Amino acid sequence: MKKFYKIIKELLLLIAALFFLSPIYIIIVNSFKDRQELYENVLALPKEFSFQYYIEAMEKMNFLNALANSLYITILSVLIIVVLSSMTAWMLARTDNKLSKIIFMIFIATMLIPFQTLMMPLMQFMSTITNTLHIPMINTREGLIFMHIGFSSSISVFLYHGFVKSIPITLEEAATIDGASKFGVFWRIIFPILKPITVTVMILNVINIWNDYLLPSLTLTDKGLRTIPLSTFYFFGEFTIQWNLAMAGLMLTIIPVVIFYVLAQKHIIKGIGEGAVK
Amino acid sequence: MQNKINKGWYLLFTAPLFIIFLTVVVIPFVIGIYYSFFKWDGIAANPKVFVGFDNFIKLFGDTRFLESTWKTTLFTILAVISVNIVGLVFALLVTSKLRTSNAARTMVFMPYLIGGLILGYIWQFIFLDVFTLIGEVTGLENVFFNWLIDMDFALYALVFVFTWQMAGYIMIIYIAGIHSIPNDVMEASMIDGASWWQRLKNITFPLLMPAFTISLFLTLSSAFKIYDVNLSLTGGGPANSTEMFAMNIYNEIFGYGNYGYGQAKAIIFFLIVAAITLTQVYITKKREVEL
Repeated sequence: MKKFYKIIKELLLLIAALFFLSPIYIIIVNSFKDRQELYENVLALPKEFSFQYYIEAMEKMNFLNALANSLYITILSVLIIVVLSSMTAWMLARTDNKLSKIIFMIFIATMLIPFQTLMMPLMQFMSTITNTLHIPMINTREGLIFMHIGFSSSISVFLYHGFVKSIPITLEEAATIDGASKFGVFWRIIFPILKPITVTVMILNVINIWNDYLLPSLTLTDKGLRTIPLSTFYFFGEFTIQWNLAMAGLMLTIIPVVIFYVLAQKHIIKGIGEGAVK
Repeated sequence: MQNKINKGWYLLFTAPLFIIFLTVVVIPFVIGIYYSFFKWDGIAANPKVFVGFDNFIKLFGDTRFLESTWKTTLFTILAVISVNIVGLVFALLVTSKLRTSNAARTMVFMPYLIGGLILGYIWQFIFLDVFTLIGEVTGLENVFFNWLIDMDFALYALVFVFTWQMAGYIMIIYIAGIHSIPNDVMEASMIDGASWWQRLKNITFPLLMPAFTISLFLTLSSAFKIYDVNLSLTGGGPANSTEMFAMNIYNEIFGYGNYGYGQAKAIIFFLIVAAITLTQVYITKKREVEL
């Protein structure tokens, strides 16, 4: 009887999970159909697997270009965030004075500000910088990376700070006595110890930056600079009626995410769990 | 001498990030407060007219804004309940040592990675074609129809899709919480003959309080700030019935060009988000128990 219950439970869980993912199934099967076949039965498997609509969607979305932009922006932003926020958090945690406390408090308190409160003045300020200092902040990928770093810094510093506090200080003191500089102590000793939390910081930021729509939509106006969410948005504006084509376009955007998930699955789930508990 | 070197290191380590952070977050926040007292259309050549608190007073007579406040509140309440129930149920199932656990965990978490904008488009198609098809086949046309064209159901559609997006993420947090409950406590209660429900009610839930704090905080604040899913699923329609706070502010500023008035809304938005999340964290933190 107990065994019977267990099998039922196993099955129920699997069915619930499959049901949970069923929308993805609908997207996949319809991405291979032509318009007429799609409206005959949206749940049926396609009669033939032709990648015709994928190729078409790829061209219309300028997909490869958008993929390159998204990769460039996400990878560069995340690398700089990891380097700068780990250094900042370590220094703030290890220098026990008023200034450190104030800076840390500012980082934490601003986590409560929603993006919508900042978006208009941010754009104004960034165009002022562009116009007066001639640093191109608006409509460049590097400007967007700069802004991503700014918005990610609170949570990243917070996570690193909590982790540093849990590392005993003796190791660093010993290295300092042996004559290592602060720079050496940090990169040779501390940074390797920070690895678990670095994974968490990277994963959280990759997800946020990769999927961000609003900030890129405000800063990037050139067609050639569009990220994946941006090009999806414009693609839908122009081709909504052709749902089969739209399905192929959506599948294209999901594929990189699935590859990322398969490659880093363990780290992602563990990273999210640890990030939340901190 | 020692002190001087330390100052140099201090600057080198903290200044780069802090300057970026000031430029992107702190300075725009201060400028934003300043803008909220002006009437301005966003065009640099046009004058900014100081109106004092007029923008804030005007909010109370803005029916579209008040409607959006009510809808956002309703959405948030429904979404928080729904996300946390689905997330918690999956977490309890996945941690009950089943062979299908890993597969289920992977599948349920998947939507969170895909991103709000794309999820909204996926569900637009499902409500449009799959729901109508199910309605025709089963005859349950009162339940299965295109929710997105109905003024009440469009909001439930938003709750539905948001739950689909967030439940996996919240599940991971509850799983982490469940794993942190010491095994011996559970074993001791089993030896004492506690039933499954008694263990859940008297041990699991109280010890899960920290996970509740975080999950509620995350769902509450992200539901309140919802934008991407809102934009791609309903676009605020039909007839503005699903125009959430964030979208209302965006439209006011960039759609209608009321920069000063829109920014006043944005400041109020910040105050509400801060008040709600801080209150929630305060309340649930108080209920956390130490082992």
